[in-house]
Amino acid sequence: MRLCATDIAIERGGRSIFAGVSFEARAGRALVLTGPNGAGKSSLLRAIAGLLPLAAGALRLEGGAEDAVLGEQAHYLGHADALKGALTAGENLAFWAGALSGDPSRPAWLSALARLGLAHVADFPVRALSAGQKRRVALARLLVAARPLWLLDEPTTALDAAAQARFGVIMREHLAAGGLIVAATHAPLGLEGADALPLGGSGYPA
Amino acid sequence: MRAAALALFVREWRIARRIGGGASVGLVFFLILVTIMPFALGPDLKLLARIGPAILWVAALLAALLGLDRLFQGDGDDGSLDVLVNATLPLELVVLVKCAAHWATSALPLVIASPLFGLMLAMEARPLALVALSLAAGTPALTLIGAIGAALTVSLKRGGLLMAVLALPLTIPVLIFGVSAASAASGGAAPFLTPFLMLCAFSLFALAAAPFAAAAALRHIRE
Repeated sequence: MRLCATDIAIERGGRSIFAGVSFEARAGRALVLTGPNGAGKSSLLRAIAGLLPLAAGALRLEGGAEDAVLGEQAHYLGHADALKGALTAGENLAFWAGALSGDPSRPAWLSALARLGLAHVADFPVRALSAGQKRRVALARLLVAARPLWLLDEPTTALDAAAQARFGVIMREHLAAGGLIVAATHAPLGLEGADALPLGGSGYPA
Repeated sequence: MRAAALALFVREWRIARRIGGGASVGLVFFLILVTIMPFALGPDLKLLARIGPAILWVAALLAALLGLDRLFQGDGDDGSLDVLVNATLPLELVVLVKCAAHWATSALPLVIASPLFGLMLAMEARPLALVALSLAAGTPALTLIGAIGAALTVSLKRGGLLMAVLALPLTIPVLIFGVSAASAASGGAAPFLTPFLMLCAFSLFALAAAPFAAAAALRHIRE
């Protein structure tokens, strides 16, 4: 399975973010987007998820499902955690499992939370959790429904070292199982052999 | 797909019923509006009984729109909408399920409570029943029309007022036929059945059209 981008360009608010970007992300290899603030890392991830229209070029997932658009084969994890504060961590995950055609049963989401070291807060309202714990519940969403392409925007924000290591293991397992990861990050993700796609120039006017 | 719709409905239901969810606020607002009317109009029981259906309908209209501005905004703010766009359900069905849950938690209590509140307006048994019946037929249209306004204002931080300004003019036909059906028993101009069937038609039309309009707005307004 390969994600191919040819000559894509993205505009936001009439301003060109970047143009003429081509890349290829292969199964089993992570692609890390790098670049200064404003280089278009988040915009590129949103474009792959189908949340932002392409101004030019094409995106294609070779070897993916024929009848599903690219965004429906991808997990998009943005800056926001997509969690409801009034619901418990377990209820949030059970909902996303159901909404994303995963397994909404309690053992399924409990084991996803356990993988991120959060099984003990499963029945607490999310609004009572810390920023790092919320992020880990959001990361557990990747595990409750299977989708081949993970689009991660600064996935390790607010995570402590132990949680970063746990998530590193989860990402390596996803890659080993033939999955794809496209991540935008400033911090190292702990993925050896990841391809890098530098975006933008210095980001500052000369 | 049915499991995904059920999961969304259960989630919306739970959020609305928890603290800060706002499902009961509409009911309290409805009660307050109906309560202050006799203070403003004076204790003329005949007058109150005659315009009671209109008061109940206007109060229900405002109460039904009260919580609607947050219908998509909460999901837009916390990033849920970005995930829902690519979820199993098409966005049109997401809109429909969210409207159904909002109607069940916010509008249905108004329908059930309206005969009770109508007692404060000195209304008789038959007009009370007709008001409840006309509200049951008409409130789905209010929720669905409001959903279009809510979708259009999803990315605005204080879009609640704009949403009401957008949606209220579109609800005028529902209000006209709703009041005319409800006041049929208390000396209204028209018989009950004709305006009631028009109300049903409005709701069915909104059911068919509003999910597409709201989903299109959600797709295009968010970059």
